[in-house]
Amino acid sequence: MKPFTYVRADSVEEATDAFAAHPGARYLGGGTNLVDLMKLGVEAPAALVDVHRLPLDTVEELPDGALRIGAMVRNSDLAAHPTVRDRYPALSQAVLAGASGQLRNAATTGGNLLQRTRCPYFQDVSKPCNKREPGTGCGALEGVHRDHAVLGYSQQCIATNPSDMAVALAALDARVELYGTEGARSVAAADFHRLPGDHPERDTEIRPGELITGVVLPAGPASASAYRKARDRASYAFALASVAAVLHMTDGVVDRVGIAFGALAHRPWRARRAEEALLGAAPTAAAFEHAVDLELAAARPLRDNAYKVPLARRLALDVLGRLAPPVTT
Amino acid sequence: MDSDRASAASRSPESHHSETTLRVNGKPHTLVVDHRRVLLDLLREDLGLTGAKKGCDHGQCGACTVLVDGRRVNSCLLFAVALDGCEVTTVEGLAGDGEELHPVQRAFLERDAFQCGYCTPGQICSAVGALAEAAAGHPSHVTDPATPSGEPVPLGREEIRERLSGNLCRCGAYPRIADAVEDVIP
Repeated sequence: MKPFTYVRADSVEEATDAFAAHPGARYLGGGTNLVDLMKLGVEAPAALVDVHRLPLDTVEELPDGALRIGAMVRNSDLAAHPTVRDRYPALSQAVLAGASGQLRNAATTGGNLLQRTRCPYFQDVSKPCNKREPGTGCGALEGVHRDHAVLGYSQQCIATNPSDMAVALAALDARVELYGTEGARSVAAADFHRLPGDHPERDTEIRPGELITGVVLPAGPASASAYRKARDRASYAFALASVAAVLHMTDGVVDRVGIAFGALAHRPWRARRAEEALLGAAPTAAAFEHAVDLELAAARPLRDNAYKVPLARRLALDVLGRLAPPVTT
Repeated sequence: MDSDRASAASRSPESHHSETTLRVNGKPHTLVVDHRRVLLDLLREDLGLTGAKKGCDHGQCGACTVLVDGRRVNSCLLFAVALDGCEVTTVEGLAGDGEELHPVQRAFLERDAFQCGYCTPGQICSAVGALAEAAAGHPSHVTDPATPSGEPVPLGREEIRERLSGNLCRCGAYPRIADAVEDVIP
């Protein structure tokens, strides 16, 4: 590992100033991904700006009923928070479906959103990877890609986003709050991560030096929500496919729906086509099947990952069915 | 209190070392650490506490698990400089100063919950942390969503297996590890 300087920030402004003052800096949150990437040689920051003790470690209800989660709230505390469990169960379930107890105790909300792909070519500096080193090619395209994308990928990159939490945030219409030298702004969680296109080195819409300060979950009528994940072992593994869904009905028809897939693309895949098909429809098994099939028709599986499409389909139908037991006619 | 040191480091950008104070098993230690020093290496190399083990060194096996401010974490993924002022408990410190072992340690002995023993310190620290989390109302992946929020989560076999999934045992002593932890459920 390359030597680096270390600065601990006591405020958000101090953090962004320190970042600007240290070329080649990275923010250090819980470190569960960054420290590993530094050990692997994938990251070699000249300086670390430690933000993990910033006073952004609370979950608070806003006057309009929305819920703000500070960026430094630990994943374990987020999943255990009574309001999160009661009002946004998909979020709690998604966080608990990821990593281990030890990692969730260290990992932060902001850091979870910024974790890098676990594509083995990205993590191995001896292999070509356009995300790690633009222009070197994609080793996974013709290589080992069983875990890779089936939607929205490019010839430059077929990596998937590894976060479970981000999938739930996308389905729940959360917003990501950012602070940088140009001030504060927020981005919809569903738009925070990018598709790879010609710039797979950019995972998100975050600007250089910007810091995630929090995540805001919208107020609104309590809707049923859930997260389900399929993986190679029963616990402590990244998703092969996952789905988060939010469903609300009035007078027997769907009037609010959010569906997002995990592990299928470079970002949590918000299933807008499926949602459109379900709005105003009765929640029947046939309606769910029609909507999910419409969405997954866009899938373009690679040589070795076609299994992901029917897997994602069944996960989605199961979750939707549980949120609104289909009427049998 | 810590910020003076940190800002001193920021004024001399060539500095790759900082002074850090940690309380380890109740005793304060002030060391000048290379910023690259992770807690696991500090414990083993600088303090001679070799209970926490280096398994994968990438946060995937749990052999390095210790408690920081009472919470279980992977010590291989924490830079020591970032832990200034923290309280660290390793397997050596679980029992306190007395002769008595910690109940989880005793249960592992009674159940013969290991073969080679390499993962055991991490398993034990992880179990101690997991029991505290459940008592504090932290749910797990297998907790029934209908369990009331904020109340202690009752632990059964399935909960124990899920909550300890961050600790691998290459000997496969899992059934007895789960037996041992089941024995100490309050």
